[in-house]
Amino acid sequence: MPSLKDLKNRIESVKSTRKITKAMQMVAAAKLRRAQDAAEQARPYAERFNAVLSGLAQSVGGSDTAPRLLAGTGKDDVHLLVVMTAERGLCGGFNSSIARLAKTRADELLAAGKTVKIITVGKKGREILKRSHSDHFIDHVDLTEVKKIGYANAQDIAKDVLTRFDAEEFDVATIFFNRFQSVISQVPTEQQIIPAVFEEGEGVSALYDYEPSEEAILADLLPRGVATQIFAALLENAASEQGARMSAMDNATRNAGEMIDKLTIQFNRSRQAVITNELIEIISGAEAL
Amino acid sequence: MANTMQFDLVSPERSLASLQATEVQIPAAEGYMTAMPDHAPTITSLKPGVLRVVSDSGSQDYIVTGGFAEISGEATSVLAERAIPRDEFTADELTALVNDARKAQENAPDDAVEAATKLVADLVAVGDEIGISVR
Repeated sequence: MPSLKDLKNRIESVKSTRKITKAMQMVAAAKLRRAQDAAEQARPYAERFNAVLSGLAQSVGGSDTAPRLLAGTGKDDVHLLVVMTAERGLCGGFNSSIARLAKTRADELLAAGKTVKIITVGKKGREILKRSHSDHFIDHVDLTEVKKIGYANAQDIAKDVLTRFDAEEFDVATIFFNRFQSVISQVPTEQQIIPAVFEEGEGVSALYDYEPSEEAILADLLPRGVATQIFAALLENAASEQGARMSAMDNATRNAGEMIDKLTIQFNRSRQAVITNELIEIISGAEAL
Repeated sequence: MANTMQFDLVSPERSLASLQATEVQIPAAEGYMTAMPDHAPTITSLKPGVLRVVSDSGSQDYIVTGGFAEISGEATSVLAERAIPRDEFTADELTALVNDARKAQENAPDDAVEAATKLVADLVAVGDEIGISVR
């Protein structure tokens, strides 16, 4: 049975924990709004871009001269996994769900006899994957210092990936990130970026004139497409991270509240018990006289 | 014939302009071109240059780096990798862009040297055009 003093201390400590989680929740809510705005702002570009690109890809894709970014290297022996997670924890299952998806995929590929290379973005995912797949790490992108994700960050990652592709270090590249659905739901997603895949049927019609030529524009756009997809994924991830943190902290705040209630009841009961005990002692002392 | 068309200028990070324009001057890869309503549908890539949008309420210039433009009879969309309003474009930014391009030029593999060199020249030409010199 904990003493009154112990109970009081525990109540105090849970109360301060609740204050922290409440503050983190509110910060996450503000950041979430900003991250969602950023994702919203980036959407028109990505949509137009993909529409034009997939239209081009469909008209040029079949030919023998299709760029390697579209047609691939003709093999799928070496897979590059770009795993994007957060730089910070305390956001529920956000990091572990991406890491789990990447891990499952990597194990599948390894079991199929393929070579796996991993680039991690965000240190949390790296920490989780380090235990099982550290031999496959080839690079890490640190975004700790980055306050607001810009297109330049995506370009840097894309440039790194493209350089490795040109050096024939891998055949297929896939990115792993959380797609933002709502505050309580983020979907871990894998998306193949090299060779580029497009959904059939959509895209602009072939009525356009192309200047300089279809092939030249396609060759110009494909590397940008990689950066655009990475940028979209980074933004989705940022919004998901804040959403996940917000709901995790909301839960924590609620749990702390319940715990405080329970401890307060326990505290009051034992206080009453102590008083009753004292009374009994006094009364029986008086009777003994 | 309609005398205006929908014009959109978007960069990866945000949408910069969306308005009814009467004509748009585009720094296309093979030279400047002007798009007016009922232009033949065209998709062209961009080189660094000045994008001028003329509407009923006046004209507005933007500095764009790369990207592409999608022109149809009723609408023109410019998807620029970077787009900066002319008034906000400073010598520092131009210098940074040129320096980046020069660095890329030095590290470029053999088959890309020509393109990288052209990029540097284009950027310097942009500076000349708007009266900003590279430091």
